[in-house]
Amino acid sequence: MNDTVDVKTLTIDGHEVSGRRGQTILEVARENDIEIPTLCHLDGLGDVGACRICMVEIAGSAKLLPACVATIFEGMEVLTNTERLQKYRRNILELLFAERNHVCSVCVSNGHCELQTLAQQQGLTHVRLPYRNPQLAVDASHERFTLDHNRCILCTRCVRVCAEIEGAHVWDVMGRGIDCTIISDLHQDWGSSSCTRCGKCVQVCPTGALFDKSKIGSDHPKYPDFLPYLNLMREAQ
Amino acid sequence: MTQTITIDPVTRLEGHGKISIYLGDNGQVEDAHFHVTQVRGFEKFSEGRPFYEMPSLMARICGICPVSHLIASAKACEAIMSVRIPHTAAQLRRMLNLAQMVQSHALSFFYLASPDLLLGMESDPAARHIFGVVAARPELGRAGVGLRRFGQNIIELLGKKRIHPGWVVPGGVTEPLEAFKRDEILASIPEAYKNVTLALNAYKKIADSFRAEIEVFANFPSNYLSLVNEDDSIEFTDGTLRLIGSQGGVIEDGITAARFTEVIGEAVEPYSYTKFAYYKPLGYPDGSYRVGPLARLNIVDSMGTPRADKELAEFKQLEKGPVQSSFHYHHARLIEMLYGIEKIEQILSDPAILSTHVRATAGVNRNEGAGQAEAPRGTLVHQYKVDDNGLITWANLVIATGQNNNAMNKGILQAAREYVDDGKFTPGALNRIEAVIRTFDPCLSCSTHAFGQMPLALTLLNADGETIDQVIRS
Repeated sequence: MNDTVDVKTLTIDGHEVSGRRGQTILEVARENDIEIPTLCHLDGLGDVGACRICMVEIAGSAKLLPACVATIFEGMEVLTNTERLQKYRRNILELLFAERNHVCSVCVSNGHCELQTLAQQQGLTHVRLPYRNPQLAVDASHERFTLDHNRCILCTRCVRVCAEIEGAHVWDVMGRGIDCTIISDLHQDWGSSSCTRCGKCVQVCPTGALFDKSKIGSDHPKYPDFLPYLNLMREAQ
Repeated sequence: MTQTITIDPVTRLEGHGKISIYLGDNGQVEDAHFHVTQVRGFEKFSEGRPFYEMPSLMARICGICPVSHLIASAKACEAIMSVRIPHTAAQLRRMLNLAQMVQSHALSFFYLASPDLLLGMESDPAARHIFGVVAARPELGRAGVGLRRFGQNIIELLGKKRIHPGWVVPGGVTEPLEAFKRDEILASIPEAYKNVTLALNAYKKIADSFRAEIEVFANFPSNYLSLVNEDDSIEFTDGTLRLIGSQGGVIEDGITAARFTEVIGEAVEPYSYTKFAYYKPLGYPDGSYRVGPLARLNIVDSMGTPRADKELAEFKQLEKGPVQSSFHYHHARLIEMLYGIEKIEQILSDPAILSTHVRATAGVNRNEGAGQAEAPRGTLVHQYKVDDNGLITWANLVIATGQNNNAMNKGILQAAREYVDDGKFTPGALNRIEAVIRTFDPCLSCSTHAFGQMPLALTLLNADGETIDQVIRS
């Protein structure tokens, strides 16, 4: 087969499917109603492969690949839900829960949290790792919103939506490894940053790390579905 | 030779507690302590959290009375915001608080206390529980379950969840009341009246047979503290605090939440994680006082509802001046349940109850605030300090059980002196000493629930730690 052909055929979990050159495994899988769990991926934003939840197995390769950024090739054989993958996904979730302070019962996103939902879907019943219980700050300096680092999983959706969609690039990541932290501008209070108060970062945040102060006590679902429409309308102009 | 008798854990309480009875050389009871053996740490770990999260965070202290914490906490937050909440929100919260009082009192009376009262202090411990009550007095068992359901159902209708509803927020409540919910609550009221009347009549019939217990169950003169309205009627949610003396005279009136720590101090004893509240001008322990149903009924002149007022008049006849025996907490609890049901009916008849103006908004306008409410067990006060962004820098909670702590300790000493004779005791004596604590319905630490059947051991030790006598229930 010639690699320059635009249409690639491959199998995902035994189903014969096809996609265009340059498409990711995740895109092709979802076009064919094959579910691959994701966390940092969000339709409408560029992918960074940060969370590793969408890892899949490729025949002939010992390495696992993140479906959100790995592109398809001709004859590819993809497995999305093997026991090995399920185990790794649960491990990743356990690490996320152990890393910071995720207390669902008192979280504003309880019942609407992507991390919580994913843990339930993946059958995570308990965390075997010792919790790190780090002492992390809450940035409540913004007039409308709050950033609680305790609940941040560093998916960087907020960073991407602010940079790619709003164009303000207020958010970024500071530090390395386990000390990575989301910061606004050059590490100053959110309230005194160049934030445009658009609230997109709050809507795309998968957990209760970014929330609307006025929603405390009520259901606080997030509505990230606006992103693909926003992109579509911008392209139409 | 001194000896110690330990009751660990004390059963049919909310939380974990233990009793130690100290015997002197002559075998007579010298002292008795009620220990609360767990530290919770809510005051400390709420530091750094945004103040607007506090109601839902503090509600997690207790699964029985989360609403009291929600309300006291929300009021403290409103003091920080400097807002006055809309009338409808205040009424809805009042109703929520009363619904919780009814269900909590039903739990205390029927599930925890009634096995002693209806089956007898000496009855078989294996059957001395709510199921035993259901078997022996099915109509009363059903009434207890029904009253708990009545209260819990209102909490669920208003706050979407029976336990830890998130509906109460700083500034009011998140959603207005819908007409169909009002109608559903109104429809459940006749049965609630029937159930509480049944319980009141049953209690009054048996109360006389407990004359001996009434004499020694924390029966002593003390001060009393509770919220009260301007017209001297009972109040659970607003109003100000009044402290009366053992003869009924007002010691101090009009204590607002902001002034609470000016007048009330908290002493610490090495044997308990619960503090001992006292009225500062009288010092510790002379300034100790009791809170809860007995205190409230001793303080108020009226309930403000016709049926409960009739019962209150009868209650006031029990003794000249304040009713001093803690055994009468049970009676007071039943009258308060009746009041709660009547008041809920009154609140729902207000046409403004369906108004959609239920929440005031504001940011941080003061760096500290305090709120107080009457929990089922007594006065509850929350005080917070925040930074300019609204993050908690300091929190102080004064709970009802801490305010009753001195009276509970005095109460078990009084009962132990009566029931432990020459270093000897019977299983019935053990149960009576526990029952003194149950009259107060303390909430020790709701994170530690009884699971299955809790073991109970009463041990008599000599000074060398050798077991002289032991009764074990498992």
